[in-house]
Amino acid sequence: MTTPSINKKSLLEFIKKNKPLVVLLILVVVMSIMNDRFLTPGNLLTILRQSSVNAVIATGMTFAILIGGIDLSVGSVMAICGAIAATMINSGIDVWLTVLAVLVLGLGIGAANGILISKGRLQPFIATLGTMTLIRGITLVYTQGKPISTTGAEPEITKAFAFIGKGYILGIPVPIYIMIFVFVAAYYVLMHTRTGRYVYSLGSNEEATIYSGIKVDRIKVFVYGASGTLAALAGIIMTARLGSAQATTGEGYELDAIAAVVLGGTSMAGGVGTIFGTAVGALIIGILSSALNLLRVPSYYQNVAKGVVILIAVLLDRQQKASR
Amino acid sequence: MKKILAVLLAGVLIFAMAACGNSGGDSGNGGGEEGGATIGLVVSTLNNPFFVDLRDGAQAKADELGATLVVLDSQDDSATEMSNVEDLITQKVDLIMINPTDSDAVGSAVASANDANIPVITLDRAANSGEVVAHIASDNVAGGEMAGKYIVDLLDGKGKVVELEGIPGASAARDRGEGFNKALEGTDIEVVARQTANFDRAQGLSVMENILQAQPEINAVFAHNDEMALGAVEAIKASGRDIIVVGFDATDDALAAVKAGDMAATVQQLPKEIGAKGVEAAVKVINGESVDASIPVDLQLVTKDSE
Repeated sequence: MTTPSINKKSLLEFIKKNKPLVVLLILVVVMSIMNDRFLTPGNLLTILRQSSVNAVIATGMTFAILIGGIDLSVGSVMAICGAIAATMINSGIDVWLTVLAVLVLGLGIGAANGILISKGRLQPFIATLGTMTLIRGITLVYTQGKPISTTGAEPEITKAFAFIGKGYILGIPVPIYIMIFVFVAAYYVLMHTRTGRYVYSLGSNEEATIYSGIKVDRIKVFVYGASGTLAALAGIIMTARLGSAQATTGEGYELDAIAAVVLGGTSMAGGVGTIFGTAVGALIIGILSSALNLLRVPSYYQNVAKGVVILIAVLLDRQQKASR
Repeated sequence: MKKILAVLLAGVLIFAMAACGNSGGDSGNGGGEEGGATIGLVVSTLNNPFFVDLRDGAQAKADELGATLVVLDSQDDSATEMSNVEDLITQKVDLIMINPTDSDAVGSAVASANDANIPVITLDRAANSGEVVAHIASDNVAGGEMAGKYIVDLLDGKGKVVELEGIPGASAARDRGEGFNKALEGTDIEVVARQTANFDRAQGLSVMENILQAQPEINAVFAHNDEMALGAVEAIKASGRDIIVVGFDATDDALAAVKAGDMAATVQQLPKEIGAKGVEAAVKVINGESVDASIPVDLQLVTKDSE
């Protein structure tokens, strides 16, 4: 509207197509006006780093939701993987080996979800609700409810591990690189591989996908395996950042991830959605949390505000889809 | 057009929310330098009345001293705590008071504040790493002494008592025990049994049962927390003997037991005092005055006649 060179129609078209992005831009503009410290490089990097854990989980969640499923176990997977990572680091095991082993553990738990859902014919909600509770329980038994600090190892290893969460490369925090890598990899898989096409096709029409001879069960195991692996990665980032693994880590994180995915325009019914949308959704949630703190909104009201923004964003999206 | 309106509406709503929030605390967004100091308070959770009281005490003191208090809730999540501290650093507050969710995990947050040259004060729970100018918590030694003196008075300075200890090595158990035994010094009161029940109600019950079997004469029991005290009360009731029980923490169950006469007393922490002393120390630090590294907060004994 302030740029007369763009004609009205194309601007409308742009807004229609990129509603999540528009919401994000409005948030950024409003925040920049209201607080002069918001639009500083330091604060933006802080927000990106704070968003990285949710963004990584949400990327896995996007796969699950794209095939019409859901993965509620991500928060628990984060916790057990963080605890195992901390134990391994404490017993002096090499950082790369630890990361690899923990990612494989996440993959295994995720694949088990996939098998329960495909071979066991369980509803994804029920299957992952079960594993969520089960794994949280195992984490509590394993840690005895106590935090595990990563300070017990040789200082070299502790330092190298902490780098994953606290380190900087070229002035930018490491978790941000990890987040961007995850986005790019997920985008590539979804848009440029056969598996990616099958994911969309499975989400739009499962029957038709089965009849066209695609091994649907394998796709499901792949999708939940990916979600588990990414949850494990999030657990590693979190543990490295805090220097300690907590049994209660990640409680409720599945909901933040789902919110990010849905804010990004992905349909809970499956088949429609993009990684770009999820990235925008995760940023909206990250900015919102930070913004509400910067604006000194009392903490009880913060949840009210977050809920309202999520509802408005999703309602807008709904309208757009209905009018298609 | 309708849709653009809707989007704009969303923006307006966010504005309104923000305005709402601001009217409650201060007027400016920029950091509130215009009047007094700005102190950040990161509370482990505002879902627990103890910490809500802590917040209220801090707020009242801040209002009194003309300081601005920015309160953020970590919701018992160390990562949220970290983000909250980062957001306070962005706001360039003068000092950050942290009531940690966990003494180990808070280290990273304290380190971030240290890097930004913002002084940190911890409340109630300490931080195991990072630089902290002061730590403010209940004086458990004084609390144990208070309980001990009360028992000494009730028994007229002579009798046989049992001490149920908390988790061996835990600072609360050590301090409360130290204070209690200090109160008994120089009296004719004898501790006939001293055993741990790990702060646990079920263990308090079974340990007390065993002690009751072994000791024909017991006049009073001091337990390092209310859970163990309540377990002991059950064991004593079953035995039909008349023994004074004093606990620690003033939990809801314990207060009800004190009212019902099952327990003689419990020692109550004063979270509002912790919050208030925190703000007092914070203002001193900001003004360049020195403060003690460890600031104890008094406790209070709750008996049937208290209220």
